[in-house]
Amino acid sequence: MLKEITVTVNGEKHTLEVEPRLLLVHMIREVLNLTGTHIGCDTSSCGACTILMDGKSIKSCTVLAVQANGKSLTTIEAVAVNGELSALQEGFKENHGLHCGFCTPGMIMRATELLANNPNPTEEEIRWGISGNLCRCTGYNNIVKAVIYAGAKMRGEELPSTEPQFV
Amino acid sequence: MIPQSFQYESPGTLEEAIKLLHQYGEEAKILSGGHSLIPMMKLRFATPEVLVDINNIPGLSHIVEENGKMKIGGLTRESELEHSAALAKIFPIFKDVTKLIADPQVRNRGTIGGNLAHGDAANDHPAVMLALNATVIATGAEGSREIPIDEFFFGFYSTALQFGEILTEIQIPIPPTGTGSAYHKLERKVGDYATAGVAVQITIGDDGIVKAAGIGLTNVNPTPLRAVRSEQALIGKPLTEHSIAEAALYASEDCSPSADLRGSEEYKRAMVAVLVKRMIHEAANRASNN
Amino acid sequence: MNKCKTSKEIGGMGHSLKRKEDIRFIQGKGHYVDDIKLPGMLYMDIVRSPYAYAKIKKINIEEAMKVPGVVAVVTGRDLEKYNLHWMPTLMSDTQMVLPTDTVMYQAQEVAAVIATSRYAARDGREAVKVDYEKMKPVIDPYKSMDPDAPVLRTDKAGKKDNHIWHWEAGDKAKTEAVFASADVVVKEQMHIPRIHVASIETCGCVADYDKINNHLTMYMTTQAPHAIRTVIALVAGHVGLTEEKIRVISPDIGGGFGGKVPVYPGYVIAIAVSFLVGKPVKWIEDRSENLQADSFARDYHITAEMAGTKDGKILATRFKILADHGYTDASANPSKFPTGMFSIATGSYDYDTSYMECDAVYTNKPPGGVAYRCSFRVTEAVHAIERMTDRFALEIGKDPADLRMENFIKKEDFPWKSPTGWIYDSGDYHKGLLKAMDAVGYWELRKEQAEKRKKGELMGIGLSTFTEIVGAGPSKDFDILGIKMFDSAEIRVHPTGKAIARFGTKSQGQGHETTYAQIIAEELGIPAENIQVEEGDTDTAPYGLGTYASRSTPTAGAAAAMASRKLVAKARKIAAYLLEVSEEDLEWEPGKFWVKGAPEKSKTIQEIVFASYTNHPQGMEAGFEATHYYDPPNLTFPSGAYICVVDIDKETGGIHVRRFVAIDDCGNIINPMIVQGQVHGGLTQGIAPAMYEELIYDEDGNILNGTLMDYLVPTAVESPSWETGHVITPSPHHPIGAKGVGESPTVGAPPAIANAIVDALSPFGITHLDIPITPAKVWKALKDKGAI
Repeated sequence: MLKEITVTVNGEKHTLEVEPRLLLVHMIREVLNLTGTHIGCDTSSCGACTILMDGKSIKSCTVLAVQANGKSLTTIEAVAVNGELSALQEGFKENHGLHCGFCTPGMIMRATELLANNPNPTEEEIRWGISGNLCRCTGYNNIVKAVIYAGAKMRGEELPSTEPQFV
Repeated sequence: MIPQSFQYESPGTLEEAIKLLHQYGEEAKILSGGHSLIPMMKLRFATPEVLVDINNIPGLSHIVEENGKMKIGGLTRESELEHSAALAKIFPIFKDVTKLIADPQVRNRGTIGGNLAHGDAANDHPAVMLALNATVIATGAEGSREIPIDEFFFGFYSTALQFGEILTEIQIPIPPTGTGSAYHKLERKVGDYATAGVAVQITIGDDGIVKAAGIGLTNVNPTPLRAVRSEQALIGKPLTEHSIAEAALYASEDCSPSADLRGSEEYKRAMVAVLVKRMIHEAANRASNN
Repeated sequence: MNKCKTSKEIGGMGHSLKRKEDIRFIQGKGHYVDDIKLPGMLYMDIVRSPYAYAKIKKINIEEAMKVPGVVAVVTGRDLEKYNLHWMPTLMSDTQMVLPTDTVMYQAQEVAAVIATSRYAARDGREAVKVDYEKMKPVIDPYKSMDPDAPVLRTDKAGKKDNHIWHWEAGDKAKTEAVFASADVVVKEQMHIPRIHVASIETCGCVADYDKINNHLTMYMTTQAPHAIRTVIALVAGHVGLTEEKIRVISPDIGGGFGGKVPVYPGYVIAIAVSFLVGKPVKWIEDRSENLQADSFARDYHITAEMAGTKDGKILATRFKILADHGYTDASANPSKFPTGMFSIATGSYDYDTSYMECDAVYTNKPPGGVAYRCSFRVTEAVHAIERMTDRFALEIGKDPADLRMENFIKKEDFPWKSPTGWIYDSGDYHKGLLKAMDAVGYWELRKEQAEKRKKGELMGIGLSTFTEIVGAGPSKDFDILGIKMFDSAEIRVHPTGKAIARFGTKSQGQGHETTYAQIIAEELGIPAENIQVEEGDTDTAPYGLGTYASRSTPTAGAAAAMASRKLVAKARKIAAYLLEVSEEDLEWEPGKFWVKGAPEKSKTIQEIVFASYTNHPQGMEAGFEATHYYDPPNLTFPSGAYICVVDIDKETGGIHVRRFVAIDDCGNIINPMIVQGQVHGGLTQGIAPAMYEELIYDEDGNILNGTLMDYLVPTAVESPSWETGHVITPSPHHPIGAKGVGESPTVGAPPAIANAIVDALSPFGITHLDIPITPAKVWKALKDKGAI
């Protein structure tokens, strides 16, 4: 039996008829064709599907589309506004915070909430803050660096060097 | 991984939810945070016919101090517990435990009620609730009833919640000054279920005598376990290395862990002892600073 | 006078140019296989075996066919009609696509359900009922050769046991003689665990067969699109799918690490179904399917021995391996190298005697043996030699850093011939280790450790000074299924001086769109930003063997330089014509030719390119294009010196990696930022098997950790803050002196970590622990020695 839901995605309101079992991530990817949100596991372990629901980062593979009824969702596609990258997007690019790019949208969505709650996190807080997102490529060093860079940018402070540091 | 089809109900009131649970009986499951249930449904280990989503019921999410009790709504999210200043002041154990539950996104969804009602000895809140002597409020067709936490956990994945009842609130007695609490679990990696976890709350009088002690154990027993002999080993005397060692030993003897990928039975018993010792120290430290 | 921009200004070599590809990834505009949606596309889901070894008595598809949306259920019997039920492996073994009568490992493909939606396909999968007759599986490789072990490969005529092959290298008699007379012999039994690449994107494809034109477009997660096209043609040529009718497109890949080299049954089934129904078929595996059925890596049981003098001179090594290949030998190795490059196990040390042998066996486990971020079994080799080097140092009471310094091959001794016949191209091992020791403060740490030991605290320092062997490979020795392991570059410069360059490799995150552009920029003087790099489409890119085993820079990177040089040669002719001088009178600097003695007379590369289309010399071919297929004269031998410092909680066995310093020598560096990123990532993939990851099976062949809840991929919390650096000894035979780097850290890190942990525990008589070294394992070792 289909359920009608109304959901605002990236500022645009959609009224959809969905099966109750439709996973939110499939609604986003396959109904709305927003393929920037990815799927990397079955067990809410990897975080590739992270989006914002009413400003909170959630794993959209473990939420039903019907549960998003009346909610406002933000996906990676709406993070840059009018072609202007967000501080985090810039941070990831400038600091080599990505390799294959598959985990990147989830990482950026998660870090968006992290910085909203804690504008000046320590390295330790960043590491724990992204512990629900797996990256198999970067070893995380440069993701941490990207988040630190974005925090500084958002606070209007001097930006840390993006050059690689070697011992 | 995709769940089997089901009917979805999203009641706007508690009464309606309870009515639906009665209507669909065994076929219905309550959907709270969903981070245990939905993965099980995706793997088709759980195939409920009906989901009753309680997320849209107002009044189930709160953290308030009232009449000497801390009242926490069943639908309160882990992230709200994690960032609650009111909780942090009186129960530092909540910061300890929430940081170790799954990950930030899961904590944005997961609820304390769901964590308890799942009846899983691997979950972390049961041990904490045992240490804090909480009372569970269950609401059903006949109204609400209080269930002391010691009577709540029954067996493997089963609790005292009756058919048609919803866990609506947890009430924790506000302890006297001189109380401290702490939780830690050993985990293979962040977000994992505990290899062993220990929750301790301890009250030390001005005279240095331990007035009260609560010790709960995570994932080392078929059900969440209160370490009764360990508590008794502490109460009524000053805290000494000897009494702490005794408490640690008793807990490791009284639990009943099973060997799995997280470690052997022997290892887990030993870790219970280590953690009981460490958490008593940590709780006592906090008690003396309180 | 034309002033050339500097190398840095044009994004040439040696500069940390920001990556060109990132702009799409950070905005969710990467284009991965599961993002492809074609009109009329069907979805495939796969029924998998719950048992490790069983006869299939009956497959009942009736209920499945009743599920709304299900259009077909395909079994091995269906494929058998077209002779598509078996396929060759890369090691010339055979593998079932779908079984007709027996399943050989848990999670093996049994049937495929085709439906109009992903959800219907899954419902159909649940509704397929299979009757099995369980059989007792062979799980322990040590028991697979027992006389009473069932012979698993009954499909192979005359096969009487589970032995696959025997391999050996080195000099057995000489090695035995040295061991017999040596002062000191140390020996350890070690297991390099079965692990999984677990790239965050799983595998999948969209097979799109066009019946009218008899043409297949195969979008798939592959690191080697060209080789895959050839394999498809070999498998399906007999039904009319010949190679010119096949186009393989590898779009953005969400991590590969070797796991996207093999041909999995799912791909072949999707092709077969699309071929039969004439519609596109999408197959995307779940994470559990990925972990449980896709190729594993490692799984070598090694008996390792080292002989030496009592003052610390390494004299000889001996390694005896038992390789558990699972149900078939589906390793991804060059064909003549069944153990890959394991014979690099003699290490970075100057001695001349070694013998090694390997026996490979079948078991009822999934097949595999991929080169997981490792140039074909180098991880196993490096773990063995680096563990044994520390073991030897412990035995004679010598500091492991001193022992290494005294035994290293000297930089003036390169090229150096190893006891197993490799010619190491270049290196400066002393310099690398000294730099790592300085960076970490080695001798202060040893002092701190001595103090801590007095107090009963456990602290360990571990070293790994490894030599890698990458860039396969020279055509005289290296091929896969007969195809030589060259790689290619094709550069096409447009009239306005902007270029497109295409390669036979395929980035899965390595940043080829940036680094290849940098090589060409450096060679030609065309800014990197004006060079578009394309890979992964077999219709447009030149043939190559793909990206794995750190081979992209050594092969295709070299091809980029060589193709560029062909263009410079052509440019010289055009410049001579335009400037009306002879070619010998011209000087080249990247970006322009100028006349000797008259630097004001010059032509920029852009002017020359334009002329090649508008005003080229009569008799010369128009246009500005070059292609090069690079056949490397030798492999390259990157090296590294890694130092790990751990603190161990004696009561819990908890291991804290306090410091990890990695000094790599990958020759000349194209992009320091990207090289560092590769090293960071590889180090985390090194700590993973060292402390967390292993695929674990019970005695019935059930996998015990087939999801990411139990297969412990490290998060940012487990991953230490890596400290990295480099020394540079260019490869003398590579056109740009580069060696390749992607895998060094994955290869070098595990023994550094294991050595650090064992070093911490050594006062209690602990000499070895198998990876992954978990707190529970440490605790048990301490307990067994009476330390707690």
